[in-house]
Amino acid sequence: MSFYLVQFLSGLAAAATLFLVSSGLTIVFGVTRIVNFAHGSFYMLGAYLGWSLIERWGTTPLGFWGGVALASLAVGALGALMEVGLLRRLYRSPELFQLLATFGVVLVIQDAASYAWGSEDLLGRRAPGLKGSVDILDQPFPLYDLVLIALGPVVLGLLWLLFNRTRWGTLVRAATQDREMAAALGVDPAKLFTGVLFLGSALAGLGGALQVPREAVNLHMDMSIVVEAFVVVVVGGMGSLTGAFVASLLIGQLQAFGILVFPQITLVLVFLFMAVVLVIRPYGLLGRKEEAPPTAASPGPPLVLATGLVRWVPALLLLLLALVPLVAGDYALIVLTEVVILALMAASLHLLIGLGGLVSFGHAAYFGLGAYGSALLVKHLAAPMPLALAAAPVLAGVGALIAGWFCVRRSGLYFAMLTLAFAQIAWSVAFQWYGFTGGDNGILGVWPPDWAAGKAAYYLLTLALAGGTLFLLRRAAFAPFGYTLRAGRDSALRAEAVGIDVRRHQWYAFALAGSAAGLAGGLYAFSKGSVFPTLMAVPMSVDALVMVLMGGIQTLSGPVVGAALFHLLETEVMSLTEWWRLVLGLVIIVLVLAFPKGVAGFVRDLWMRRKEA
Amino acid sequence: MSPQTPNTEPLLTVQNLQAWYGRAHILMGVDLTVGRGEVVALMGRNGAGKTTTMKAVMGLMDTRSGGVSFDGRDVSALPPHRIARLGLGYVPEDRRVFTELTVEENLEVGRQPPRPGAPSWTPQRLYTLFPNLAEMRGRRGGRMSGGEQQMLTLARTLMGNPSLLLLDEPSEGLAPRIVQQMAEAIRALKAEGLSVLVSEQNLSFAAAVADRASVIEKGRIRFDGPMQALLEDDTVRRQYLAV
Ligand SMILES: Nc1ncnc2c1ncn2[C@@H]1O[C@H](COP(=O)(O)OP(=O)(O)O)[C@@H](O)[C@H]1O
Ligand SMILES: [Mg+2]
Repeated sequence: MSFYLVQFLSGLAAAATLFLVSSGLTIVFGVTRIVNFAHGSFYMLGAYLGWSLIERWGTTPLGFWGGVALASLAVGALGALMEVGLLRRLYRSPELFQLLATFGVVLVIQDAASYAWGSEDLLGRRAPGLKGSVDILDQPFPLYDLVLIALGPVVLGLLWLLFNRTRWGTLVRAATQDREMAAALGVDPAKLFTGVLFLGSALAGLGGALQVPREAVNLHMDMSIVVEAFVVVVVGGMGSLTGAFVASLLIGQLQAFGILVFPQITLVLVFLFMAVVLVIRPYGLLGRKEEAPPTAASPGPPLVLATGLVRWVPALLLLLLALVPLVAGDYALIVLTEVVILALMAASLHLLIGLGGLVSFGHAAYFGLGAYGSALLVKHLAAPMPLALAAAPVLAGVGALIAGWFCVRRSGLYFAMLTLAFAQIAWSVAFQWYGFTGGDNGILGVWPPDWAAGKAAYYLLTLALAGGTLFLLRRAAFAPFGYTLRAGRDSALRAEAVGIDVRRHQWYAFALAGSAAGLAGGLYAFSKGSVFPTLMAVPMSVDALVMVLMGGIQTLSGPVVGAALFHLLETEVMSLTEWWRLVLGLVIIVLVLAFPKGVAGFVRDLWMRRKEA
Repeated sequence: MSPQTPNTEPLLTVQNLQAWYGRAHILMGVDLTVGRGEVVALMGRNGAGKTTTMKAVMGLMDTRSGGVSFDGRDVSALPPHRIARLGLGYVPEDRRVFTELTVEENLEVGRQPPRPGAPSWTPQRLYTLFPNLAEMRGRRGGRMSGGEQQMLTLARTLMGNPSLLLLDEPSEGLAPRIVQQMAEAIRALKAEGLSVLVSEQNLSFAAAVADRASVIEKGRIRFDGPMQALLEDDTVRRQYLAV
């Protein structure tokens, strides 16, 4: 009995931290409508700054709590800076760009923190005066955790007062509901947003700094917390503080007790919970229906079928690529093989984004499913390569059919979050199920048989399979299927009015895209000879998004060009500097700032300006 | 401008105003003026461009061109909140009450410092003008009837102490009794010295409140003159207004 009580209390303490972080995220989202990936990085920075300050002053209670407060304020200031320097330019951009921009910040902060604090785990000092534990029904429980438990409701109360009893809070709530109307009444949205980013980021920083006495500070804190906070915010209802509080409590308990029942799959449990909540309550527990659901990708001009000589460019390119082994060495062929694989991956994601308007934040899941499917067949059943490769798109396709059934029920950000959730489920299975998947040791020894072992032979095989699939994807885009998808993207209501089952087509597209990504994953596994959970992790999904973005959403060749550009840049930068995250982050930020409305929006604006002149 | 010499220049001057929704060119060059203390009716059928004109004046359209000057200042490139702070009050046709906020809080969002030369408002004064609102200060905007919401949007905008009101179809979808109240409110505001640009399809409502009328059709002004002249001009009325 007492054991369960202590477990319950640990759940409450975890919930308190989770609430601090996710309240900040939900406040920022509510007002700016931007899902801030960098929120987790602010949490991590809060922990690092807190660690440094507590090391210096933390011997006295005043010094300790002063350090925590200062870390929180400093992180808040950084959040405000990000609003002024970056987000402010993106409020009218497609969500994809906003998400990518904040992910660029994640990468930059990763390297900055690694530069400033190193990559070793840092153990912090414990809070003076709260080092001991109290006995609760004869079980010891840390005193500090009791303070955290109390802090959750206190912060909720203070935030409630701030939002309901001050003019600033009233304006924020007004702008949350209707930003434009608030502006028309003389409220400067920019100032309000800067303040909101300060508050939200300071809460993340506070959550981070408060962790110092509890756990080691390291460079992985950002992603793990932000994904959990996403879940809390989505489950609670985006923008709802009380919702975030309730969801934090539920998820804290789910983790505390889940670990007793299913120690292997605690992560899966959390995401499954979220998927179930979203299907039952589309807008989360306490969320409200979006009045105007934000659009995922700005509808572009119609695709035009190339005519004349241009029609032959892809075939010509394929021919040229097939001739490359005559002149290129092994290293070039390895890089080129990867480019071709990534091009297929990016093209499959583009099918969803460009044609379907569905921005998936978890496309790596299907790439990973294909890769793991092949690798597991080889490892456990000693399957020959052709069979393993054939199984990759099938497995990924089935996975995408299952996940897609849930995902296409929602649009916009909720769709993005659901895809992310499923990707995290896949990732956590690969990461936690040591017996079957090898956990983070991955699976080694997935090599092609002799006939395909040469770099040139494997390159040609990849080229043939990927090229063929790309051709099929292109056919699908110009088939009635593709037109239907685009009709659904540009106006779901209108498409439904003429009798098109938009959701069903989106579901098929999801499965098709997943299946193509799965083939890419299978090819990748044999090209590298190994698979690791990182293949399904968030950064991999984001890489694919960046490729699509670099190439431009509006053309079918875009993702192919984008994948090539991205991969060459990445290999180049990684060989030159160990700070490649910083470089990649900055590239993303610059790209997004240069084309805040997307490349197509940019072209359209140019066109408008010329017309006026 | 000193208060002694009356300023004869119009309070609002709109010249060759054009606006787009995405690539759809909606306003093709609108010219309008509203004099000090004047009530002008912007008339036209559904889809003629009345709402778009008001949004473009307020800076709420993504793409626009042309001149808008208010109180002698060029406001055509200012963001909406700066335009509002100069004393232009916008009351949208779809009301856009903050449904999660109470009546009092809705008024608080609209509050701006008093402005010389414009009537200044407090919640107390507004509750006298709209007695219904006084009884429901604590009620959420989402739990009010359409007529009550219409009163609240107007009151909320007045909290900014504007010198010119842009009132978009205030009588749309309201019960006759409420329409009557609305007309009285507009006359009361005019008596306070406020200028008003009110868009309307309802000719008798416009005739009851306006001094002058501008008729818009397909994004251009087709008629501009005293209200009386419009009432007497059958051709214009038949051509541009649904009768
Ligand atoms: N959000 C919008 N997007 C595209 N077109 C619009 C939008 N709102 C209005 N329009 C078009 O602009 C034209 C003018 O509309 P509006 O200014 O609302 O007319 P009114 O207020 O006179 O009824 C109409 O043809 C309408 O279809
Ligand atoms: Mg209208």
